[in-house]
Amino acid sequence: MSKKTLTFLLMDAPFEQARVTTAFRLIEDALEKGHDVNVFTYEGGVSLSFTEQKPHPNAVHGRSVVEEEHPLPKDWIAFIQEKAKEKGCNFNWINCGLCLDERGVNDAIAGCERGGPADFLVWAKNSTSTLVIGTK
Amino acid sequence: MKALQIIQSAYRCTVEEQDDPVVWFAQVLQNNGGEIDILLKGNAVNYVIAGQDSSGLKFGKWQQNQPAKLDLDLTDCLKNGLGIYIISEDAQDRGIPTDKIIAGIKTVSRKELPALFEEYEQVWHW
Repeated sequence: MSKKTLTFLLMDAPFEQARVTTAFRLIEDALEKGHDVNVFTYEGGVSLSFTEQKPHPNAVHGRSVVEEEHPLPKDWIAFIQEKAKEKGCNFNWINCGLCLDERGVNDAIAGCERGGPADFLVWAKNSTSTLVIGTK
Repeated sequence: MKALQIIQSAYRCTVEEQDDPVVWFAQVLQNNGGEIDILLKGNAVNYVIAGQDSSGLKFGKWQQNQPAKLDLDLTDCLKNGLGIYIISEDAQDRGIPTDKIIAGIKTVSRKELPALFEEYEQVWHW
């Protein structure tokens, strides 16, 4: 199979909809197959890479913070970045800058850059396919 | 205060939170002196199916070890005194077999809802 470049736009905020999880699964599968992946986040999606996400215990379940192993989307991104490196794939992530400013979530994990819709347009023009996963 | 929580947005952030946030919220209210019951509506009626399994999610070297167990969370709610209702038509529409529903769940039809709401001081629709 020839190497493809796939671009995703994610609009959902973390800790809201299963669309984020589904998108991450699609992205990981694309990398697993050796394709390059670009991700542009818009509106609430820019919070996915925010460094200040913190795990918490779950008193209702009677679990400590260690036992709870609370999933954090910023960590999912980091693991996917690591996988991309292992597979020799390009994995680029750009957050909409205005959306970051609105929400005060400018501190993104390493490898997640600030940009704008023009970056997404360039990616879309140069990609094999583009999938927009808007919020509902 | 006696309050009914109507849950309609099913499986919302259950992956990251490892539970349903409204079910969790209801448990916290109950633990702090509230008299809380839950009515599952629409796709949320699926929560009552026993044995559902959302394990297996992984990204790279990360693997989820504490996935949401919504049926067990509801079982805990029942043990803690929360009443749990489902709308019978919504369960039938989705073909949910009655023998798969966890014990202790009460069913109400849509036409019985006004009478159910009258039992509560407040009804909150999530």
